[in-house]
Amino acid sequence: MNKLLKNAIWILIAVLGASAVSGIALNRGENISALWFITAALCVYAVAYRFYAAWIAATILIVDDTRATPAERLDNGRDFVPTNKWIVFGHHFAAIAGPGPLVGPTLAAQFGFLPGTLWILFGAVLGGCVQDMTTLFISTRRDAKSLGQMASDELGPLGGTAALIGTFAIMIILIAVLGLVVVNAMKHSPWATFTVSATIPIAMIVGIYMRYFRPGQVLEASALGVILLLLAVAGGRFIDDHETLRIVFDHEGLILAWWVMAYGFAAAILPVWLLLAPRDYLSTYMKLGTITLLAVAIIMLQPDVKMPAVTQFIDGTGPIFGGKLFPFVFITIACGAISGFHALIASGTTPKLLSNERDIRMIGYGGMLLESFVAIMAMIAATVLDPGVFFAINSPAGVVGSEAIDAVAKISSWGYPVTVEQMQNLARKMGEATLFARTGGAPSLAVGMASIFGSAFGEGMLALWYHFAIMFEAIFILTTLDAGTRVGRFMLQDMLGNIWPKMGETSWTPSVILTSALVVSGWGYFLYIGVIDPNGGVNILWPLFGIANQMLAAIALCVATGILVKSGKLKYAWVTGLPLMWLVTITTTAAWQKIASDDIRIGFFAAANDLTDKLAADVLPPAKAAIAPQLIFNLHLDAWLTLFFVSLLWLIVFDMLRVCTRYLTGKPVLPLTESPHCPSRLVEDWVRD
Amino acid sequence: MSGKLKAFWRFVRRLSGDDAYEQYLMHYAQQHQADAGHECHPPLSKIDFFKQWQDAKWNGIKRCC
Repeated sequence: MNKLLKNAIWILIAVLGASAVSGIALNRGENISALWFITAALCVYAVAYRFYAAWIAATILIVDDTRATPAERLDNGRDFVPTNKWIVFGHHFAAIAGPGPLVGPTLAAQFGFLPGTLWILFGAVLGGCVQDMTTLFISTRRDAKSLGQMASDELGPLGGTAALIGTFAIMIILIAVLGLVVVNAMKHSPWATFTVSATIPIAMIVGIYMRYFRPGQVLEASALGVILLLLAVAGGRFIDDHETLRIVFDHEGLILAWWVMAYGFAAAILPVWLLLAPRDYLSTYMKLGTITLLAVAIIMLQPDVKMPAVTQFIDGTGPIFGGKLFPFVFITIACGAISGFHALIASGTTPKLLSNERDIRMIGYGGMLLESFVAIMAMIAATVLDPGVFFAINSPAGVVGSEAIDAVAKISSWGYPVTVEQMQNLARKMGEATLFARTGGAPSLAVGMASIFGSAFGEGMLALWYHFAIMFEAIFILTTLDAGTRVGRFMLQDMLGNIWPKMGETSWTPSVILTSALVVSGWGYFLYIGVIDPNGGVNILWPLFGIANQMLAAIALCVATGILVKSGKLKYAWVTGLPLMWLVTITTTAAWQKIASDDIRIGFFAAANDLTDKLAADVLPPAKAAIAPQLIFNLHLDAWLTLFFVSLLWLIVFDMLRVCTRYLTGKPVLPLTESPHCPSRLVEDWVRD
Repeated sequence: MSGKLKAFWRFVRRLSGDDAYEQYLMHYAQQHQADAGHECHPPLSKIDFFKQWQDAKWNGIKRCC
């Protein structure tokens, strides 16, 4: 009877999920409530978690709860510590969820709500979650080794090197594009600039408090920091109203970009306790708090999604970025559907805390489901805006014209009516001078979040909510920027250490300064070009980031597939093999189009040639002619970089296939490096608290 | 109710690392008992422990996109 009831409930969930998904998919022309999205997501996640994830864990990975994990065997009370599964889940989720799942869906909303939503749902349950879970599993079985180490142990030195280079490259591109998002959010906005700048001294106060004033009192110090942050959001209004002070914080994008670079350099060489660690505490609390608040507000308010299901821009003419629906929606939304970066957390970091293999499904698969849900909420926040307003905020001046009147005429001509008064009104309500051409996704997400929060918790504070949302995005973008620059510095020191051992000493000051400067100039260059690019820079940088991130995901899936085959599980290799094939297809198609397309909004070479011709014919306006040589050089560089990423991807795919073929034809391959079975001695109730 | 609140508070403290030093002392006492013959170092002070803990926590890739 009990079993019958359980089955009935699961059938009900499946039917509800299927109706919600088809309700979203078949809706045409009418506004649709955001509750449909939430229902569809929760049902799809529940069914996938209960059946697919459980099947993978039991049949393919064969998790063994009697086997001691590295955290138990190597317990040292510091980094290897067997930990309660909810705590590990919290750490893992805080580590994987960054600004990516918020920005990607916002940009992809130019195709309408449907393509992005479907990819976020099904990409996650069939691809991203599987990648995270299998990586977590294989690393747990290998003493919590990193992805690069496992690639080189299981596939060969080529795999390890590719993973290392891939990680470094993605870090550079990621930081540049995130820096660009922050710069665009602060451009000519004294309020936002003040609030974001204030997060730096606030983090330092928190750092000093928990290091010297009350050592180890993490929660006390963080509470103080959160209060100061909220005061900084409110205080921004005062700065904005003050005639002289507002000038101090009112800057062009380029100046802000230089400040962001200077900040990144400082953050990489300052001790972690002063800036990086306290900032991370603040951003983690802000992130968890705001995401919860957003979920509550969406469920309370059930706003209508106003964007059409599919827009005409699936033909590749979209204003935010060029390129057709296939493959670009899959490149634009990386985090939230499948993100290679997670493999770096799921190997090396999280396995050191895992107390039992049984928790792998919940932490690996479940953690990614929650991130996918964050992406769905970002999609809702972007699509509850009037489409006209959405495009006015996100379309760069290079596409719709720099005058407001031209921009609204152009956007209205696409069938998304919007007026100058409407935009001015909105900007005034949000406490901003203008909202036209605020590319990068952060401002439009902030407007969307502010209107949801405003309707749910009081209209009167729209400007406060808007700047709160900007601060919330900026604080953890800057955390990723700090942490990324530092990691880049360590990787570079490690690589240079192979040539000159002295450079590898992480505390030798000349090496610290040199490598930090190199890493900052790496991403600083792309940030600089992104800021001076009249088409907004996001158009170029975001696809590059997407390709790099998917390449890393493909490396992780190659390692997992190779290990499955070598473990004699060829017939199940499709579980990681199919997502891998899909990633290789979309990444290669996207890379090919970015390199070879004749469309100047897609192809890097086409754009470079077009600009060269125009420069030679002297038809460019003087401002653009001055920067044209830099833009041309950069377009060539981007094209070669894309080619490099995709070659690296194919190299590792072939390497994996080589290993699999050798294994299947009985030739010797590198042995599996799984650590031997050792029975767990942790007493059940002690682990479970 | 108050039991649940207490459990939640313990969860928050554990997640944030607020109780890391207490955990360390517990681990130290356990190790000490298990292996009484080994050479004795007194446990670290709270300040020293926190410094080491913070530096170790931030070594490597800890944040994603």
